[in-house]
Amino acid sequence: MKQVGKGIAKIDGMDIATGRPVYTEDMIPPNTLVIKILRSPHAFAKIKSIDTAEAENLDGVECVLTYKDVPNIRFTLAGQSYPEPSPYDRLILDEIVRYKGDEVAVIAATDEKTAALAIDLINVEYEVYEPVIDFEEADSHQSTVHPENDLHCNFDIGMKKENNIACTHKVQVGDIEEELKKCDVVVEETYYTQAQAQAMMETYRAYSYFDHTGRLVVVSSTQIPFHIKRQLARSLEIPSSKIRVIKPRIGGGFGGKQTGAVEIFAALVTQKTGKPAKIVYSRKETFTCTNSRHAMRLKVRLGADKEGNIKAYDIQGLSDTGAYGEHAPTVFSVAGEKTLPLYNKTNAVRFMGNVVYTNKMPAGALRGYGATQGTFALESAVNKLAKKLNMDPAEIRLKNIINEGETCLTYNGKLLGSSTLRQCIEKGKELINWNEKYPQKELSNNKVRAVGMAVTMQGSGIAGIDTASAGVRLNDDGNFTLLIGSTDMGTGSDTILAQMAAEVLETSIDNITVNAADTDVSPYDPGSYASSTTYVTGMAVVKAAEDLKKKIIKCGAHLLEVSPQEVEFDGKNISATNNTITLKKLAELMVLGIGKQQLVGNATHGSDVSPPPFVAGFAEVEVDKETGKVDLIDYVAVVDCGTVINPKLARIQVEGGIVQGIGLALYEDVKYGKKGGLQTNSFMTYKIPCRKDIGNIRVHFEESYEPTGPFGAKSIGEVVINTPAPAIAHAVYNAVGVTIKSLPITPEKVFMGINK
Amino acid sequence: MQIETTINNKKVTLEAANDEFLADTLRNYGLLSIRQGCDTSCCGLCTVWIDGKPTLSCSTLAFRAQGRSITTIEGVQQEAKKFAEVLVAEGAEQCGFCSPGFIMTVLAMKNELNHPTEEEIVHYLTGNLCRCTGYMGQLRAVKKYLEVK
Repeated sequence: MKQVGKGIAKIDGMDIATGRPVYTEDMIPPNTLVIKILRSPHAFAKIKSIDTAEAENLDGVECVLTYKDVPNIRFTLAGQSYPEPSPYDRLILDEIVRYKGDEVAVIAATDEKTAALAIDLINVEYEVYEPVIDFEEADSHQSTVHPENDLHCNFDIGMKKENNIACTHKVQVGDIEEELKKCDVVVEETYYTQAQAQAMMETYRAYSYFDHTGRLVVVSSTQIPFHIKRQLARSLEIPSSKIRVIKPRIGGGFGGKQTGAVEIFAALVTQKTGKPAKIVYSRKETFTCTNSRHAMRLKVRLGADKEGNIKAYDIQGLSDTGAYGEHAPTVFSVAGEKTLPLYNKTNAVRFMGNVVYTNKMPAGALRGYGATQGTFALESAVNKLAKKLNMDPAEIRLKNIINEGETCLTYNGKLLGSSTLRQCIEKGKELINWNEKYPQKELSNNKVRAVGMAVTMQGSGIAGIDTASAGVRLNDDGNFTLLIGSTDMGTGSDTILAQMAAEVLETSIDNITVNAADTDVSPYDPGSYASSTTYVTGMAVVKAAEDLKKKIIKCGAHLLEVSPQEVEFDGKNISATNNTITLKKLAELMVLGIGKQQLVGNATHGSDVSPPPFVAGFAEVEVDKETGKVDLIDYVAVVDCGTVINPKLARIQVEGGIVQGIGLALYEDVKYGKKGGLQTNSFMTYKIPCRKDIGNIRVHFEESYEPTGPFGAKSIGEVVINTPAPAIAHAVYNAVGVTIKSLPITPEKVFMGINK
Repeated sequence: MQIETTINNKKVTLEAANDEFLADTLRNYGLLSIRQGCDTSCCGLCTVWIDGKPTLSCSTLAFRAQGRSITTIEGVQQEAKKFAEVLVAEGAEQCGFCSPGFIMTVLAMKNELNHPTEEEIVHYLTGNLCRCTGYMGQLRAVKKYLEVK
């Protein structure tokens, strides 16, 4: 292959790196109204009265909008294919405010200072309710976060709103209690994972205006232009045909921008005033008023025989979705979906539990999407089982993991496609020097070095739901335009999709212009999330390019007056035995001349399966026994993502995901006050890893070939975040014997554990 | 107030409010490479040079530019491109939002340190956060650029 498998630089790399103005905020026209939001100071309250007169009279204020000014239509901000599984539990602005930071009023003014001044001139009286803060008490709490009668679910997700239960989920195969009874050993533990922040460098932002035909245009830093369009159409009662959503370059997403945090407010102001309007969130607003990972409690029971054959496991979960149910059912079910198949020599497995509403910032999507939480719990339990049986944790995994061509209890007889997880484990052991370093080694300076491990799986797209379209056009000059709706958020997906098209069309990516993520121009794509772009959109691109190639050959043959079977296309020329025509000439003839048919290849693709990529992660830590401080020395990640389309970009995806996972494991603490205020609301109080915090990271690929993926590829973006937390926790246990049950692994917890 | 300053080797007079930060003034002036990521002076995205020294423009009041020389990445495109080529070849720009500030710090380091060790490089660049790349690719790029063994 000439394009696929090559470490080609990102097509936008030089321009974004050297500071070209290509992000949302860089394109905002002058004299655009500035939007600020008055937010609830209470975790749970009803607006008794709201007086906006004084603010509205302030010179420069264009409008002040409250719940009285918006349609009474509930919707969800979750970016999911219609019909969304997330409950329609929001109004644009509501009489009831459900968390500290919930929107009370939207102010638009000619400049930022005036908008900020106007906020202080709004007088609100609240009737304050008792908030639900602790998610473990939500189901029995006297308060009901969502008492309203018009809350709507597109289908039955098991909501019991009087108990603050947003949804319930249960997957069970076999008699779990009976099978656990039969086991020689059963380990049991309850784990907690925190509401990690996505903390992308570009905060949430959007601007909107009416175009020359009176249509609403929203430019936004989003992962989901088509879903945003649908949300706006529903919530603002605007025909979908009158809305256009454009995604420029965006400064990171990590799932956060799979929820429509800000677009609705810009669009609302433009709708009300007819004027361009912008909204740019501060870092504090991004931390406190958008979305995060779902915090979870996961109780695992894992049973095995004396030889370490895992016979049954049960995970009982509780997930905190905060004030609104964005991604509530799906994140929770993924925690089971990506753990129950991992060890398949079982007689019974179960994943069940509730997702509850609380009066805190809503949760949403974050890289890993539940699998991260599930992996921490299951892998920690597997490490505990290995210890109990006095077995090597790598051996117990090799004994129990699902292999290529095998099935598992939850697969309904379907077989696992590609997998090199076994090789990933073997290679990782070798790279970290497991046999010599496991479990630990005392150093002279009151420090201990130890290793730990974990394995994980994710998916590639959502089976049976994700559907992407792509188009490839042959232009008059013989170059191509690739039209896609997926949303490169820095990952390089625009580049790797161009590589795929170039591979099929036997050209180089220099001859392909990528046009993406503009709902007026792009073919439909749900957007970049659920590890879908390489696998689902990629296959659509391959099919569209193949479609175009066929047309090129057919037209070439026609012009050469031979049959298509008699010509060959090598990317530059269409040749028959005695005659040849260049692609450039063919393009010219088809578009400008006698052909009268511009050639376009189109395809739509969805997959019935979601083939899992795998990672085996190995951590080496140094723990200071005096202070409890954990230093990560070395991390080895061995990855099966099928065929690696671009080794440079894939490697960076892995390294970036591992470091985000290290943040989850060691640094990113989430603290709420008793009254429901998020205390960790800046980079001063919420620590993401800096370059001194990560030690060395080594990445190795064990390629497999996934027959349902483009050129054998699976996904890479999400799976890479899952192993650091359980692997580092394992290493800490091996170092000092302290079991970490709740993330992050702070020095305090380790110190307290050592001195218990 | 009016501020007499030099931006990218050009003498200019800027108009700014008394309480305005340099990052906003520079953006208003049209230098859109200036990004802000934190509000608390800890992400490094807004890094520019004042008299050749890397400085956080988000927490420097605009009037501090009076009589000084400001350099943004727009003013050092040639050298920035040299390093960016290495960075991009590693794939280590990813979303690119932190890259201009990061590159300004890297170029300042090159001017300031002679043959820095890996440890010195990491230390110098610590104030530039990145959420995408995991830093390893950036380090590979810097070492290649400075020809650090």
